Amino acid sequence: MKKILFIEDEAALQKTFRDILEKEGYQMISALDGESGLRLAKSQKPDLILLDLILPRKDGFEVLKELKEDEATKGIPVIVLTNLEDIESVERAIELGATTYLVKAQYTLEEVIQKVKKALEK
Amino acid sequence: MGTIIALVSVLSYLIGTRYIAEPRIVALIVLIISAILLILATIITNSFEKLAEANRMKSEFISIVSHQLRAPLSNLAWAIELLMSGRLGKIEEQQVEYFKILKENSDRMKDLVKDLLIVSRIESARFSLKKEEFSLEELTREIIKEFEPFAKASNCEIDFSFEENLPKIYGDRYQIRQVIENLLDNAIRYTKGKGKVKIRIKKEKKFVCFEIEDNGVGIPKEDQKFIFQKFFRASNVLKYKTQGTGLGLYISKAIIERSGGKIGFKSKEGVGSTFWFKLPIK
Repeated sequence: MKKILFIEDEAALQKTFRDILEKEGYQMISALDGESGLRLAKSQKPDLILLDLILPRKDGFEVLKELKEDEATKGIPVIVLTNLEDIESVERAIELGATTYLVKAQYTLEEVIQKVKKALEK
Repeated sequence: MGTIIALVSVLSYLIGTRYIAEPRIVALIVLIISAILLILATIITNSFEKLAEANRMKSEFISIVSHQLRAPLSNLAWAIELLMSGRLGKIEEQQVEYFKILKENSDRMKDLVKDLLIVSRIESARFSLKKEEFSLEELTREIIKEFEPFAKASNCEIDFSFEENLPKIYGDRYQIRQVIENLLDNAIRYTKGKGKVKIRIKKEKKFVCFEIEDNGVGIPKEDQKFIFQKFFRASNVLKYKTQGTGLGLYISKAIIERSGGKIGFKSKEGVGSTFWFKLPIK
C-alpha cells in the first residue's frame, strides 16, 4: 500500500483528503506543522508528500529545503498545495525541488486527487 | 521641493536688494521666507507620506484578509465538492439543490477574494507587468474555447473575426487574459434570451484593437461614467442578476493602462454594449 504524507495545518482539509485517499487504497499520514512533517517524512519514508507552504513551527519552504538536502528523503516527490500564488513563491518552491505546484483556489478537489494518483503512478 | 525653495530664496534676495538698501534686512526677509517655505514643504511631504502609508496599509490589510479567507474557502469548496460527488454516499435530489446553492455561493466568495487580491496588488507597488510578445488572436481563440460550455449553457453564440497577418502585441499575456475573460464573461452573463457576442481584432496604427460587442442589457446612460470604478455595478444589472464583484472592469482598466494601452466602450440600455481595448505593437 502506497503511503502519502500530508503536511497541512488545516484539520478540515486533512479529513477531506484522508476520507478520499484512504478509499482509493492509499495509506494517509498527517502532520499539522512543518517540524512534525519533516520528522514523519524521515521516519515513515512516504511515497509522496503533499505540502502546504504556510505552516506553523517550520514553513513549507524550509521543510522542502530540508527534505531535498537529506539523502533519505530527497527522492520523494513533493506536491505543493497552497494558497500562495505569487510568482516568487512558485519559482522558489520549484527551485527547491517541488515536483508540482498547485494553488488550491485554482483546482477542484477531483483535479487534485487525479494529480496525486498520477504522481504515484510514476 | 528643495529647488523651488532655493529659487524663491534667490529671487526674493534679488528683488530685496533692488528695493531695500540695508543688506541685513534683505537677508532677514530672505531667511524668514525660506523658513516659512521649509515648514510648508515639511507639512506637505509629511501628509503625502501619511497618505501613501495609509493607502499601503489598506492594501496590505485587504491582502492579508483575503489570504486568510482563502484557506477556509478552499476547505468549504472542497468539502461541498466531496459531498456532491457521492463518494461518501448517495444524496437526495432535494439535498442536491441545496448543495448547489452552497457551491454557487462559495464560488462567488472565491471570485470576490480573488478580485480583491488583484486589486490590492494593483494598488500596491508590488504590481508589475511582464513585457512579452504574443499573439492576441491566438490568446482570444484559446479563451473562447474555454468559454464554449458557459456560452452554450447561457444560449449565447460567439462570433470571432480578425484581420489577416496581425502583428504581435507587447504585454503581459496572463494579465491580458484576465481582461479578455472579464469582458467575455460580462458579455455572456448580462445577455437576456438568445445572446450573440461578436469579437473582432484589427490593427489600428501602432496598436492592435480588440472589440467585443454584445446584444445584452446595456449600461444605463447615467451609470456609464462610473462603470470603471471599483465595486460599481450598473443599476439594471443589480436588478437583473446579483452575481459579480464589481471589480472586473476596474481591474481590466488598470491592466490595460499599465500595459500602455487604452480601454473604452459604447453602450445603449436594452440594446447592448461594445467594449474595446487596444495594446501597443512592439
